[in-house]
Amino acid sequence: MIRAAGTGLFELFEHPFVRHALLAGTGIGAATGLVGYFVVLRAQVFSGDALSHVAFTGALAALAFGADARLGLFVATIAVGLGLGVLGPRGRPDDVVIGSVFTWILGLGVLFLAVFTTSSSGANGAGSVNVLFGSIFGLSASQAATAAWIGLGVVVVVVAVARPLVFASLDEPVAAARGIPVRLLGIAFLGLVGVCAAEATQAVGALLLLGLLAAPAGAAQRLTYRPFAAFWLSGALAVLAVWVGVLVSYLAPDVPPSFGTMAVATAMFAGALGWSAVRDRRRPAGRVRNFTG
Amino acid sequence: MVMLADGGFTWDPVEDVRRLLEFHFMVNAFRAGTIVAVVAGVIGWFMVLRRQTFAGHTLSIVAFPGAAGATLVGVSPLLGYFGFCIAAALAIAGVPRAGARGTSEESAVVGTVQAFALACGFLFVTLYGGLLDSVNSLLFGSFLGITDTQVATLLFVGAAALGVIVLVGRPLLFASLDPDVAAAHGVPVRLLSVVFLVVLGVAVAEASQITGALLVFALLVVPPATAQVVTPRPLLGLGLSVAIGMLVTWLGLACSYFSDQPIGFFVTTFAFAGYLLAQVGTRVAGRFRARGARTPLHTGIPA
Repeated sequence: MIRAAGTGLFELFEHPFVRHALLAGTGIGAATGLVGYFVVLRAQVFSGDALSHVAFTGALAALAFGADARLGLFVATIAVGLGLGVLGPRGRPDDVVIGSVFTWILGLGVLFLAVFTTSSSGANGAGSVNVLFGSIFGLSASQAATAAWIGLGVVVVVVAVARPLVFASLDEPVAAARGIPVRLLGIAFLGLVGVCAAEATQAVGALLLLGLLAAPAGAAQRLTYRPFAAFWLSGALAVLAVWVGVLVSYLAPDVPPSFGTMAVATAMFAGALGWSAVRDRRRPAGRVRNFTG
Repeated sequence: MVMLADGGFTWDPVEDVRRLLEFHFMVNAFRAGTIVAVVAGVIGWFMVLRRQTFAGHTLSIVAFPGAAGATLVGVSPLLGYFGFCIAAALAIAGVPRAGARGTSEESAVVGTVQAFALACGFLFVTLYGGLLDSVNSLLFGSFLGITDTQVATLLFVGAAALGVIVLVGRPLLFASLDPDVAAAHGVPVRLLSVVFLVVLGVAVAEASQITGALLVFALLVVPPATAQVVTPRPLLGLGLSVAIGMLVTWLGLACSYFSDQPIGFFVTTFAFAGYLLAQVGTRVAGRFRARGARTPLHTGIPA
């Protein structure tokens, strides 16, 4: 690891790996924060959990067959995201079924991991650890640029559909009656979550992306009751969490950046929970809550 | 992995079993696997019945930082597994069920807690600076190097957990099926739920030593879910769940030993195949039964 002892904050941007991490992290944070707001609003955190398992298997399958890990990531998560959407929000399979299926998918990932580590000499499981827990400092310039562009693309799409999506998420029957294609929107949204999952896997890893989807959004929902303010706030908090995570890891090289990011995001959520509890005790609860009600 | 001179697979079952049990570590692996399968089969059956799979998932993820933290401080990973899982079970039991805010935020909290627990585990592993392979064995399980003391500990703790379940089994079943009526009959529903979560924590800590923190579901959820697809009767279901768990573990161990591939893959695949088989089997049987019942009805009705 690179020792930062003796170098000040001003030299931060002189290291290319930090610049790449911040560039990719901004795109990834903005995309996951904004999409995560809708994931929490639509109570689809479990779908995010499922997609994180798929991300692991997809990336390792690609590695096992000698392809680029990102190819496997995006193909697997988008396909499963769309699949979940098509299978329907109505006939929701229960936790036991989803859990059984995704345990098996994870088991499949373990097989690919074994194939990968035995077939490529010298790779001693580091590839899987990177997929599981991310390696934002390991991104090359082109990888960082790709991550930033894809992040930007996700942001543009989610902002474009934000208004009908808020409507459809808060009151589906009325939105459908007004002529909003609710079902199509739901499928497209899960596809978008798939893109996001693949994107975030590069920064925080398959296992931790759930936290980046859920924590900033949960915090934002506690801090404000206005949907669009919470939407933008969630994106901003996620970007901030990634930045601070990178910074903490730069100053204390023993701390992995994905841990720093998750710790900041968790602290934000905990702080927002505590702050809103104090606020609600001061004010009468009925008045502030009437928007979502 | 293990490379053995005469460890290959033959089509002679007696010879295969002899080769399988030739080494002491494999005997220990079978002992430990059997204990875990029995405990997970029984406790998992109640967990599936009580719809607490998400709690089980969270507990299993906590097992990872537990084991990694214990390795970092230099105590036995067993202590980390049991300590963290039981503490997390008490924490889940202590938090009241989310009411006014609805499920959307509750799931955000659970997701955040899970991701943070995994991040902590990763931090501990990084600080420890050990081999990266140890991460994989903590997450995905390993059956190598189980000592006699570990088997004894597993047996002792597993027996204690099963003893508690036998003691509270009847009221627990009542409280799981219909909490309101059970409470009206004077069954301490809340206390039972706390006791059950702690026992669940113990079971998860046991199972994650064989299957790894991420694949606990393979022994804790899939065999009981399969049993409940096949039969709604409690005793039969419990027996079936234990039997499936044991079969899956033994087959997984054997396949993993002969093929040199990770045990997690085989255990999850066999368990999932059994679940699919049970689903398809009951559908087909149900259709036959329905047709058999309908035929006399049709002819019996006067036109």
